[in-house]
Amino acid sequence: MSTAAITLRRQKTPLAERLDLIVTPVFAGLLALLGFAVWLYSDIDATTADILSSENITRQIWQTIQLGFLSSLLVVVIAVPIGILVSRRGLPRLKTALVDFLGLAQALPAYGLIVIFFTFMGTGLTTVVYALALFSLLPVLRNTIVGLEQVDKSVIDAGRGMGYTKLQVLLQIELPLAVPVIMAGIRTAIVINIGMAALAFLVGGGGLGETINSGLKLNRGPAIFIGAVMVAILAMVFDFLSALAQKYLKPKGI
Amino acid sequence: MSDDVLIRLENVTKKYGDTPDAAVNNLTLEVRRGEVLVLVGPSGCGKSTTLRLINRLIEPTSGTLYLNGEDVTNINPSMLRRKIGYVIQQVGLFPHRTIAENIATVPKLLNWDKKKIAERVDELLDLVGMDPEVYRDRYPKELSGGQAQRVGVARALAADPDVLLMDEPFGAIDPITRDRLQNEFLRLQQDLKKTIVFVTHDIDEAIKMGNRIAILREQSEIAQLDTPEAILADPADEFVENFLGSGAILKSLTLMKIADTELHQVPVFKAPVMRDKAIETLQDSEDSTSILLDADDKPLRWLDLAALNRTSQPIEKSGRPISVDLQPEDTLQDALTAMLQSSVGLAAVTDRKGKYLGCCTIESLAKLLVEQGAGK
Repeated sequence: MSTAAITLRRQKTPLAERLDLIVTPVFAGLLALLGFAVWLYSDIDATTADILSSENITRQIWQTIQLGFLSSLLVVVIAVPIGILVSRRGLPRLKTALVDFLGLAQALPAYGLIVIFFTFMGTGLTTVVYALALFSLLPVLRNTIVGLEQVDKSVIDAGRGMGYTKLQVLLQIELPLAVPVIMAGIRTAIVINIGMAALAFLVGGGGLGETINSGLKLNRGPAIFIGAVMVAILAMVFDFLSALAQKYLKPKGI
Repeated sequence: MSDDVLIRLENVTKKYGDTPDAAVNNLTLEVRRGEVLVLVGPSGCGKSTTLRLINRLIEPTSGTLYLNGEDVTNINPSMLRRKIGYVIQQVGLFPHRTIAENIATVPKLLNWDKKKIAERVDELLDLVGMDPEVYRDRYPKELSGGQAQRVGVARALAADPDVLLMDEPFGAIDPITRDRLQNEFLRLQQDLKKTIVFVTHDIDEAIKMGNRIAILREQSEIAQLDTPEAILADPADEFVENFLGSGAILKSLTLMKIADTELHQVPVFKAPVMRDKAIETLQDSEDSTSILLDADDKPLRWLDLAALNRTSQPIEKSGRPISVDLQPEDTLQDALTAMLQSSVGLAAVTDRKGKYLGCCTIESLAKLLVEQGAGK
C-alpha cells in the first residue's frame, strides 16, 4: 500500500465509510453460505469428515486467531514506538533506511520467511508469530511515520508555543491526530497476519492451513474448499473488527 | 532597565548551523509595558524569528532575554511560554479538541480547577464576540477562518498573560473580515492593555495596529523604531522610505480622524423645498453643491444648480444620492475614499444616529496634512 492509498483511506467519504462496514460482512456471509452448500451437497466421505471434524476445526480456528492476534500485537508493540522514535527530529536517514529494509522483508515470500525463522527457532506457534510479525511490520511502521508526519505543523507549533513539553505534544496532540492513519496500518497488518497464518502448519504452528493441506494431500476437494473459505471468512471478520476499532478510536473533530 | 520595559532582548544573535550570516544579528530591542510593538519588514528579514526568540521557540545562539526585569534566557522554556500568549497566522487550533478545550489549554497546564476554567472559557468566548452556548462544544473544523482566529486569540488570552506574541495573526483572513478583526482587536486592547509584539509584512496593518513600529531589514536589524506618525513624517533612510512606499502621506490619513478636521458647512435644505428659494440660496453661497436632508436631518442627496433647475423631476429625486455613511470617529482615509466616490469632492459626515454634521472637503484635509507636517 502506498502513501497515497493511505491518504485515500483516511479521506473516505461517510458513504464509503458506511460501505466499509457493510461490504465485508455481506461478503463473509455469502462465503459462509457457499461453504455450507459445499458441505451439504458434495460427497463427504469418512476421510473428509475426519479432516473437517468439529474438534479439528475448532482447534485450528483458535490457533489461527492466536497467531493473528499475537503477531499483530507484537507488530504494534514494536512498530509504533520505533515509528515514533524515527519520526523525532534528527533521524530522517534512519527513517528511510528502516522503511527500505522492512520493504525488503515484505518483498520476501512469507513462506520463505517462516522457513528462515524455523531454522533458527524450531517448530511451533511462536516461530510463526515472530515470522508474521516481521512480515507485517512495515504497514504499521510506515503508517505511524506517515501519520505523525501529516499532523499539521502549525498545530504542533501552537502547542509548543503555549507551553506543552515535547512529550505532552507527542501524547496529547501528535498521537491522537495520527490515530486514524496508524489504525489503518494496523488493520492491514491484522488482515495480512490472519491470511498468512494459513502457512503456519508448515512449521507445526497449526491453524486452518492444516485442513487445506490435508485436503490437498488426500485429494479431498470439499475439504480444500471449506478450509480456504474459513481462512477468508476469518480474515474478513478481523478486518471488520478492525474497521469498527478504526471508526470508534478516531478522535472526534477530525 | 526602566520599569516600563517588560521585554528586553539584549545583543541577541541567532545563527543556524555553519551559515556565515546570522538570521538575527546582535539585536537589542525593548518592548514597553502595555504597548503594541509591531515588527514589520520584507520577507526573510527575521521578524518571525525575532518573535519566536521571545518565547524561546527558537533558542538564541548568544544574547540575553529579559521578561519583567528577570533573565529568562535559561529558565525552563515550557514554563516561560505558559506566561506568554501566542497567536499564529495558521491559528493552529487542536482539531481533536472542542473550542472550550482549546481555550482551556494553558489554564489546564497551570492546573486551574475545572469550575474556574469553565467560567474563564465562557468569559473569553464572550470577549471575542462568540456565543459560548453555541460554540463551546463545537470542533475547530466547524469554524470559519475569522471565527477560528477569534478562538486563537481567546486561547492565547486564557491564562491572562501579560505578554501576547502575534505572528501575522490576520494574514490568512479575507480583507473584510481582517479589517473587522483588527478593529475589534484594537478595541479589546484598549481595555486589556496587554504588552503585544505583533509581526506583519503589511505596512498598513503595522500603522493601524502599532503604538510603535520597528521596521526591520535583513538579519532583523532595526532600520527605524518609532511611533507610526513619526516614521511616516520622517523616514530614517531610503530603506524605510522605500518600504513605506510612495503613499506615505496617504497612509498617515489612516492615523487621523475626521474629528481632527474642521467640517465645512454647505447649504442644506429640508423637504419640502421651495425650488426658487433653494436656487437663490445656492447661487448666493460659495459652494456649488447643497445637501437635501430628510425630516430627521439625515443627508439624502447632493443637489447642484443643474439638479435644482431640472424641473422635470421632483427635488427628492434630483441630484445624486449620498450613500456613504461617515462618522467623526472614522479615519481621514475613509473620508478621502468617500470624497472620491461622491463625484462632488465632498463627504457628508453624520453623528452615530445619522444626523448631518457637516462636510469633509479636500481643502480641510490638505490643511490638516500641512499642519501635521509643519508640527514635526
